[in-house]
Amino acid sequence: MLMKIEGLSVNYGAIRALDDVTVEVRQGEVLSVIGANGAGKSTLLRTITGIVKPVAGTITFNGTNIKGLRPDKIVRLGIMVVPEGRRIFPDLSVKENLELGGHAIDDRSLKKELYTLILATFPRLKERLKQHAGTLSGGEQQMLAMGRALMGNPKLLLLDEPSMGLSPIVTREIFSLIGLINKEKGISMILVEQNAHMALEHSERAYVLENGRITLWGPSAEIKSNPGVVEAYLGV
Amino acid sequence: MKFFWEARKVILPAVLVYLVLKAIFGFHLVSGYIEQITLFSFIVILTSLGLNVIYGYTGQFSLGHAAFYGIGAYISAYLSKSLGVESILGFIPVLFLSGVSAGLVGCLIGVPILKLRDDFLAIATLGFGTLVRVILDNSDRFSEILGGSRGFVGIPRITNLELAFFVTVFLILVTRNIIFSRYGLFWRCVKNDELASQAIGINTSRMKLMAFSYGCFLAGIGGALYAHLYTFLHPSNFDILKSIDFLIIVIVGGMGSIVGTIYAGLIWVGFIEGLRIALPADMLDLRWVFIPLFLIGLMMWRPYGLIRKGG
Amino acid sequence: MEDVNYLFQQCINGLQLGAVYALIALGYTMVYGVLRLINFAHGDIFMLGAFIAYYLISKFNIPIYLVFAITMVCTAAAGYIIEKVAYKPLRNAPRISLLITAVGVSLFLEYFLSLKFLFTANYIGFPRPFEVEVYDLSLFTITNIQLIIFAVTAVSLFFLYLLVYRTKYGKAMRAVSYDQEAAALMGINIDATISLTFIVGAALAGVGGILYSIAYPQINVFMGIMPGIKSFIAAVLGGIGIIHGAVLGGFVIGVSEVFVSGFLSSTFRDGVIFIILFLVLLLKPSGIFGKRIEKV
Repeated sequence: MLMKIEGLSVNYGAIRALDDVTVEVRQGEVLSVIGANGAGKSTLLRTITGIVKPVAGTITFNGTNIKGLRPDKIVRLGIMVVPEGRRIFPDLSVKENLELGGHAIDDRSLKKELYTLILATFPRLKERLKQHAGTLSGGEQQMLAMGRALMGNPKLLLLDEPSMGLSPIVTREIFSLIGLINKEKGISMILVEQNAHMALEHSERAYVLENGRITLWGPSAEIKSNPGVVEAYLGV
Repeated sequence: MKFFWEARKVILPAVLVYLVLKAIFGFHLVSGYIEQITLFSFIVILTSLGLNVIYGYTGQFSLGHAAFYGIGAYISAYLSKSLGVESILGFIPVLFLSGVSAGLVGCLIGVPILKLRDDFLAIATLGFGTLVRVILDNSDRFSEILGGSRGFVGIPRITNLELAFFVTVFLILVTRNIIFSRYGLFWRCVKNDELASQAIGINTSRMKLMAFSYGCFLAGIGGALYAHLYTFLHPSNFDILKSIDFLIIVIVGGMGSIVGTIYAGLIWVGFIEGLRIALPADMLDLRWVFIPLFLIGLMMWRPYGLIRKGG
Repeated sequence: MEDVNYLFQQCINGLQLGAVYALIALGYTMVYGVLRLINFAHGDIFMLGAFIAYYLISKFNIPIYLVFAITMVCTAAAGYIIEKVAYKPLRNAPRISLLITAVGVSLFLEYFLSLKFLFTANYIGFPRPFEVEVYDLSLFTITNIQLIIFAVTAVSLFFLYLLVYRTKYGKAMRAVSYDQEAAALMGINIDATISLTFIVGAALAGVGGILYSIAYPQINVFMGIMPGIKSFIAAVLGGIGIIHGAVLGGFVIGVSEVFVSGFLSSTFRDGVIFIILFLVLLLKPSGIFGKRIEKV
């Protein structure tokens, strides 16, 4: 077990955004969390990364309790995120963006190694290293956000809506890269998506989040054939 | 008439307060100094109320309120001295004109700067305050009477209990009526959410300008009363420290609270003048060591108001 | 020729003043970048630098390079403490609360230090650390003081450039000023980065304080107010949050001020600077180098 979230509750003012959420992440798997807009998917990731403070529950990562830790401490334990809307630094160059991803890595040779590896995985970034990140296309920005997260040498990678704003072709490209990274590097992932189709296709297990509660979980193949899920998230 | 009928709950106690004060002053139960700072506290309340309209109700932060207070003071003093005004009756048009002038300057300066938000508005109003200070310091170049950095001397003493008290009470009532009118509602909307106000069709830049001009008008009236109470003006009376004074009163009283401003104005003048009496002369400088600390404390614990919990 | 000489001379004098403004403006712009705060107390750090240098020179008579080093350490510490004590508790408060606090800190420093048993409110003559020499370059004259000001400013800017663009801490600073949350998700310690920004800004203001006092050797606890506001205007002029903008803005404001004094009247120089501010805010609030129209 890589991470265990138990009984997690989060409030935004008077509104309960997450209610008694329990999620387990196994070593090396891709786990997807699907749900409608506003169901609490992003809140879940923001709570794991320490941006949002929960009111109840525990989050254990690799045996350490990370609940309430500062974001930068959580990053140092090996959790990196590809945030919703990518949040790259548009006025910094592609190279500088990647370097920032490795901010928490103190071992220089490891940093160099990661850098070469990432450029090999995303050859399109290699052609644009000196460019301002804001000038990249949507798909390239997504790759940059992923590359930047991988520069932190994560044990667990959180992906928040990686398909957002991308065309179907680019979305497919991004998802195949996600699959590749998971298989080749063995990095565990939590994939949060509105595009339930893609998410279930590319994950081993899935949780369904509705109004801040987990209503269904299990192997993605089973979830995919659940009549309720088909009706609510997969369309006809 | 309807105005006075609706305000009867305020007017009756106000008349009572006036009679008590009149009796106290009439029988010389207190010194002339106390009498003077009592009148001064009304002026401070009126001017702070102007800032509360601008900042507390409409959310437009100003660090230059004292400049408008100064504009009102200088214009009124110039008018009454050059026209030879000496009676209350002759002074009332001057008073009104000074308020309108300050409001007009506020309107002119407000058109460009009210587009700015928060801290940029702060620096722009601070800049305007400094500009006014520079102009006042050099005012003897325009007219010898104004006195420049030597100060404006020989202003007739016209402000008395009746004038200071009833003008203040009257303008508090007017302000209260505006605040509860449609416009006051719009001002409060602008403060809460400018975008949402625009979305429901409020002309936000006009509302901000109205509130700002009106607040400056009140400051101008306050300044005119001040000039004819103390009979001497100096540019340093209208610098940033004075603006901070008014700001503290608004925050202590509570943002968007008229009653709070009244209490805070009284307490503040009493406190500052009290320290002048209580502290030995060489310790007087300590006031401005503790006032900023008090202000910082307010920001940490009660940023919207101490007496009334404004929002 | 007389007029041309005078013009050149005013330029040199303006650049001398501008160099000091540039050093102060950097602190404003960097702090604004990471906290979106106009740090009103920054001008007082500049004043503190002047006073620390005054004591080091007049009471201990130590070499000038040590004066610079010790003053920088002290002002940096002051900047660090101010941020930790006054601003950090308000990290999630509305921006106006933070701004009012900054005004409060500024007033406190001025009036506390003006107490009789501290620096007093009087003007004090700043000791000249070396003899003044004037070099005549036919078009204009230049003093060794001016040369030192230009040299020290250049060196400071060079080290600042290295820090901001060549180290990971500088990158972290820039990342925090673009997007604080995303920066935190990269493993950047936000609080430490903000502290570093205050430390660097305050150290530069300390240098500015020494240079200013060498050039205009009269110091007073309120001496930071106007240079502080003018330097902030310089930062706005160059584009708030932009480092090279602050430097350019500083020089523009310095030269303008000296020109107004030299060709018009010194009583109007403060007024003209604020007219520049109004023009910038009205015409291009993002400043000379600003691309994005920020929510101002």
